[in-house]
Amino acid sequence: MGFVESVRVRIAERKVPPADRALLRDLRRALAHDRVRFDAAERALFAHDASFDEGGVSGPICFPVSTAEVQALTRVAIDHGRAIVPRGAGTGLAGGAIPLGAPIVVSLMKMNRILEIDGDNRVAWVEPGVVNLDLSNQLRPLGYHFAPDPSSQQVCTIGGNVANNSGGPHCLAYGVTDAHIAALEVVLPSGEVAVFGEIGPDETGLDLRGAFVGSEGTLGIATKVAVRLTKNPPAVRTLLLAFSAMRDAAQTVSDIVAAGMVPAAMEVMDQKITNAAENFVGAGYPRDAAAILLAEVEGLEGGIAIDARRIEEIGQRNHATSVRRAETEEERALLWKGRKTAFGAVAQIKPDYYLHDTVVPRSSLAAVLEEIYAIAERHDLVVMNVFHAGDGNLHPLLIFDARVPGEIDRVHRAGDEIVRASLAAGGVLSGEHGIGVEKQGFMEELFSADDLEHQNRLRETFDPICRANPGKVMPIGHSCADIQALRSVPTGVWG
Amino acid sequence: MSTNAPRLATDDPVLFAFAEEVGSDGAIAVAGGRTRWSQGGALAEGTRVVEAPRGVVEYKPAEMTVCVRAGTPVAELEAALGEAGQRSALPNRGGTVGGAIAVGENHVDRLGRGAIRDSVLQVRYVSAEGRLVASGGPVVKNVSGFNLPRLLTGSLGTFGLFAELILRTNPRPEVSRWLRGQGVDPAATFDGLLRAAAVLWDGESTWVHLEGHGVDVDEQSRALDRIGQFEPVEEPPPLPPESWSMSPAQAARVDREKTGDFVASIGVGRVWAQKPQPLAAPDPVVRGLCERAKAIFDPTGRLNPGRQP
Repeated sequence: MGFVESVRVRIAERKVPPADRALLRDLRRALAHDRVRFDAAERALFAHDASFDEGGVSGPICFPVSTAEVQALTRVAIDHGRAIVPRGAGTGLAGGAIPLGAPIVVSLMKMNRILEIDGDNRVAWVEPGVVNLDLSNQLRPLGYHFAPDPSSQQVCTIGGNVANNSGGPHCLAYGVTDAHIAALEVVLPSGEVAVFGEIGPDETGLDLRGAFVGSEGTLGIATKVAVRLTKNPPAVRTLLLAFSAMRDAAQTVSDIVAAGMVPAAMEVMDQKITNAAENFVGAGYPRDAAAILLAEVEGLEGGIAIDARRIEEIGQRNHATSVRRAETEEERALLWKGRKTAFGAVAQIKPDYYLHDTVVPRSSLAAVLEEIYAIAERHDLVVMNVFHAGDGNLHPLLIFDARVPGEIDRVHRAGDEIVRASLAAGGVLSGEHGIGVEKQGFMEELFSADDLEHQNRLRETFDPICRANPGKVMPIGHSCADIQALRSVPTGVWG
Repeated sequence: MSTNAPRLATDDPVLFAFAEEVGSDGAIAVAGGRTRWSQGGALAEGTRVVEAPRGVVEYKPAEMTVCVRAGTPVAELEAALGEAGQRSALPNRGGTVGGAIAVGENHVDRLGRGAIRDSVLQVRYVSAEGRLVASGGPVVKNVSGFNLPRLLTGSLGTFGLFAELILRTNPRPEVSRWLRGQGVDPAATFDGLLRAAAVLWDGESTWVHLEGHGVDVDEQSRALDRIGQFEPVEEPPPLPPESWSMSPAQAARVDREKTGDFVASIGVGRVWAQKPQPLAAPDPVVRGLCERAKAIFDPTGRLNPGRQP
């Protein structure tokens, strides 16, 4: 750190209470002075993730570069009675990375190396801060890719994918992140380091790897991840089917699955989002369609030709108004670009959007969507739907202007009704965003007290005093240790 | 059931009767088909042995899910799924659904059917306290809460006794074909195929299981012809009794001196062998976590005493 910078830091931090100067000092000894940050601007930034959930209060922000540093800062946290909140790119939509109780925030963004690509075992060891798309881009020339492809893949990290068990359009055929993680090196809340899983069949012994994936940073911090490599398919066919009614698109999806096909991806967009995306990328989406279905099959040329033809036939039986095949790789990329940038395209209509995430049985898609449109109308809101239809994973976007007083409240009320409608249809709270703080309040609507108490037993196994990401996932009251941990923090100190 | 009941609540009297039978004290275990009865150690003497309830509860082919009671034979489940042209990821070797998932051993077609644990969507089990507990969810994609189905799969019934499960199903392929090649390199065989359901190697012969569309199976068969001489066979080789775990790369160069006669699952790392695998000392941190989990989930150690996953 240069002189000017160190003066700037000293000025920015002069209001640090004496008790916490010791914490900063110890963290800086464990890492390096300039990789433990505490200025107001950065703390404000790290108080939020990409959700609309109320922000928290960040304590010191650490940027470790190694497992040893994560272990060292965990030990400092233990010595000082502080909680730890790990964080990747901060793209989470359920508030999972929001720091509650002025914890030490641990950004894994500087642990961003691909350590080893092991083609013989079809795994790659990577650090948690590696960006999802960067990994696939590195792997692709070698004939492989990392299958989970969340819409945020240009920025989200592998560590974040592990924490949320992330999905993406192509998880329909290949499975979500859990299915693609062979092993993990983890720094536990106790400061110990363990490896879960193995580069092998990993079918005996307790599946601590599987228990860790999707635990939203509450069981420790993954410092190395062995991801499974998926072979690139030799042939891909992408179809765009247009429908004059959402019900027909949903029925097509159900019929395709019922016919014994599991396409690589099946994504549906409604008319509003199709038009917004079309304005943005000019993919040639039919603007007059009530719904479009983007279906992709991949594999060997002979088989996918058969599947593509069957999908076309099923679409036509369900009154598809048009069927288009991507003829070139450029055309295919353009069709996907519209889907993958759809969320950003919404900004043309209103400045903000609240993106929900629930899963319903495929056969209920059409009925639940109708209910979602009715809910939005009741609350005088515009809703757009773009979703992973193949696995029933809905993503309604409620679009609004946060500057208009009262609008965010209506968005929250409508969102709650959407979650309840999904549960009533036999669905679940989240398909890929997680619970975080956003859906804690709904856990008791899905699970009984016994069910939740057993989930808490897993948490207790790893983290009896809730040092890791306290106040998340489990509903308040079911996890008294969480509350105790929060109370043990000198509240108000960090204001 | 009241309208305010949690959505995963059940009112199936069969499950409650099972929970009552399990009760809340005394050593207890569930017997399935006893195909892996000694896995993880011998059951402690004096342990009461019960059977889990049986029957396919609800099969939804268009959702590709099935709700099945734990005591249902895998063969009975497969017959039900077969009627709609589907199948599960469970090995069908004479056992029950609950037993297969408690053991967690994959189907020999691990590459084609996926891992057994990835197929477990929701579990209902009886806890050490005799309570019915649910975790997971009834749909094919779900990140609602902690993933107890993963913890329980392969835990040999030491954390809870399965009562009912919801599993992901998959379409049966149009064509299924086993081929055997002599003296071909197993790793090159695996690499030369886009997607085999299984590649097995006993040190001399390499068996390949191809599945899918007829045209794709034919094309993959032609790809095999470019690797070596393969001929169609009826079925895979018999699998030796002991099970080894190693990296896929190691499985492609097994040392027969160490294992005795073997069959290796190429691309997976499972090796069936005559001799047992010498047990490596478990990592003390991982062992500590496992012991802690057991103490929290089953404080009196009544569930499957004597067994250790």
